[in-house]
Amino acid sequence: MVPEIGHFALVVALVFSFALMCLPLLGAQVNNQMLMATGRSLSAGFFVFVTVSFACLVYAFVADDFSVSYVAGHSNTLLPVYYKVSAVWGGHEGSLLLWVMMLAGWTLAIALLSGALPRDLQARVLAVMGFISVGFLLFILLTSNPFDRLLPMAPQEGGDLNPLLQDIGLILHPPILYMGYVGFSATFAFAIAALLTGRLDSAWARWCRPWANLAWGFLTVGIALGSWWAYYELGWGGWWFWDPVENASFLPWLVGTALIHSLAVTEKRGAFKSWTLLLAIFTFSLCLLGTFLVRSGVLTSVHAFANDPERGVFILMFLLVVVGGSLTLYALRAPVVKNHPGFSWLSRETLLLGNNILLMVIMATVLVGTLYPLIADALGWGKVSVGPPYFNMFFIPLMGVLCLLMALGPSSNWKKTNPMQLVKVLWRPWVISMVIGLLFPIFYAEGYSWLAALSVFVGSWIFTSLAADMLHRMRNAKNWREGLRKLSLSYHGMIVAHAGIGVTLIGVCLNSIYADLRDVGMHPGVAVQAGNYEFTMDSVYTVQGPNYIAEEALVVVTKDGEFLREMRPQKRRYLAGGKVMTQVALAPGLLRDLYLAMGEPLDDEGAWAMRVHLKPFVRWIWLGALMMAIGAAMAVADKRYRKRKTSKAQGPSSGTNQA
Amino acid sequence: MNRLKLFLPLAVFGVLAVLFWRGLSLDPHAMPSARLEQPVPAFELRTIRDEEGRITPEVFLEHDYSLLNIWATWCAACRVEHPFFVELVEREGVPIYGINYKDDVAAAARWLEELHDPYVLSVVDQDGRLGLDLGVFGAPETYLIDGRGIIRHRHVGVVNWEIWERDFRPLIERIKEGG
Repeated sequence: MVPEIGHFALVVALVFSFALMCLPLLGAQVNNQMLMATGRSLSAGFFVFVTVSFACLVYAFVADDFSVSYVAGHSNTLLPVYYKVSAVWGGHEGSLLLWVMMLAGWTLAIALLSGALPRDLQARVLAVMGFISVGFLLFILLTSNPFDRLLPMAPQEGGDLNPLLQDIGLILHPPILYMGYVGFSATFAFAIAALLTGRLDSAWARWCRPWANLAWGFLTVGIALGSWWAYYELGWGGWWFWDPVENASFLPWLVGTALIHSLAVTEKRGAFKSWTLLLAIFTFSLCLLGTFLVRSGVLTSVHAFANDPERGVFILMFLLVVVGGSLTLYALRAPVVKNHPGFSWLSRETLLLGNNILLMVIMATVLVGTLYPLIADALGWGKVSVGPPYFNMFFIPLMGVLCLLMALGPSSNWKKTNPMQLVKVLWRPWVISMVIGLLFPIFYAEGYSWLAALSVFVGSWIFTSLAADMLHRMRNAKNWREGLRKLSLSYHGMIVAHAGIGVTLIGVCLNSIYADLRDVGMHPGVAVQAGNYEFTMDSVYTVQGPNYIAEEALVVVTKDGEFLREMRPQKRRYLAGGKVMTQVALAPGLLRDLYLAMGEPLDDEGAWAMRVHLKPFVRWIWLGALMMAIGAAMAVADKRYRKRKTSKAQGPSSGTNQA
Repeated sequence: MNRLKLFLPLAVFGVLAVLFWRGLSLDPHAMPSARLEQPVPAFELRTIRDEEGRITPEVFLEHDYSLLNIWATWCAACRVEHPFFVELVEREGVPIYGINYKDDVAAAARWLEELHDPYVLSVVDQDGRLGLDLGVFGAPETYLIDGRGIIRHRHVGVVNWEIWERDFRPLIERIKEGG
């Protein structure tokens, strides 16, 4: 019964979103206030019914209703209840429902928080959100219904959630990533609405910016969570594999990054207007591509398309309508700029343009690398795989240039920057970071690494130039506290986010240069040396988990002869599917991680193959990502985006209200 | 003139879309039929129950028709499909051969013990060689094989009664009539 209610609620939600797509838009075209005003209540209705539907699916999982085919495929009576809930988005159908659920949330947020927008603009924005919802709901109902029943023969036991997904990282990763994906639907809706109304001024950019920043922040955290999960759960010790699934989430991030910068120019200088619109369209298109391709399995194999032509055709048609439609609209309606607000060769505009071009080039290389195997396979050129060497060859140098230039941006002026002024502010940071970079490898490890010197130099260059810029801006303040307060919250946000890039960069580089990876045979009682650390396996014994049985090794770690800690890696066998998983033991630290993963038993005397890794600075990678997201949140919270005349609608979660 | 430049993104997208569409319609959907109307590829494999003996495709010649099902313990959908085969054997006595595909043999034996074994026997295709020869996408897959050892039908994914009546039954009738 409950699954049928869920199914029905989804149909009702479709009706609501269809109305949302049509009525406010119609109202805006004929200038009918009442029709325009329907947008808000329709958004609420849409949200309520999607929530009901989602709750029904959660209920089906928690109650072990294996007559529902999706539940039977992704859950199991033995699963702890929190994994049952997260199993809701463990597969294609459920994750699409989660997507729509978030879309409904963002739509409602726009409806509630955008009271200050001109009526017709708000109506059009909501109508675009309605249009996207219609597409997704139709896709779910026609091809991927999570409420389909396995009747009359419901299995007694479910097939189990993939053990890889039974983990806190994967409970959080998809919802947060989707918050990012879906968030860019808001900027997309704003862009389309701007094209429809033909109004694209700095007010428009100001409304748009908080949504873009928020979505970008979520996307950043989502990607970082995915990478963190891969690091400790997959048991290979890597944290980024350039695999198509990861790339699918990274592509919108790259264009999204370009978008938030381009929006800044549009707001402050009224330039780059068409470009900003194009970026908004691109970002959302890539989000759609990512959502569809990852979950439909097309990225791993084109055969997924062939197996399920219904889904494949729908996806392609929907992408065609969204991307093709919006680009057509763009071609017809985008403002043709007659006289540019000029800027000189050295100005903040130029630097941000450089940022945009670099990011787009990086995006293009990643996109080609991701889709090439797919295209080659489809055209019968054979199976190829594009590996990390390709990506690294383009990504690292381009990103390096981007980071070097990044330091100049904040210190430069709009319109025209005097080179001497830049030199005056930035020569000290350059020298200081040069010194830090050159000295670091000497003190950190034996054997001088020029690469380490270079990466520490670039990282420090980012930090010190940000600091220099801050000091420069505060030079007239009486004391530093007052100076800090005078700088706007979004400026602080920018500083934190940029510093986050530096932190991640240092983490990435030093981790790959200094990591100590070894696969060893561990015999009970025999110490294994790695760096300053000694690992001694004490014993291996059996542990019983809620839905698995594990072999657990107790390993004692000493540093320079002194006891440091115990580590307990596991090899788990899950009862339902019989899958075997390694559970990594980690000793995290700000400057290094110790990483232990169990391989296979070597003999009958208790010796095991063991993977022992020292991972310097690996935490910095995610710390930096977190800083970027915090920076984005600070920028969103800046009161400049809120209208002076505040009204009752206050967004507790986002603080993005333009109400 | 400036307006024309704005059509550039659309044009690029159009070209990409055409390429993509062509690529996907060229997709080897033909692949499922590559083995159709062909004999089962040669193999010589042990079974789950019997470590010593070796099974060859000649077993298919013993029946008027038989099913060949690819399964594994790691495959959730196989678990969903399993009760159907048990029932199929009970009701209609269809001979079903299993290919235990890239699996842990001990786990597979346990699975058959716990869930009931509908198979005449299951051969062990540990390295996936036979699966490769058959052109397996993934588990489960089910093949209908006639008395001459020729593959007459292939189904990718879970088989249930609906699919059985629709896709398999008519072919079996035809095979029985000597077609």
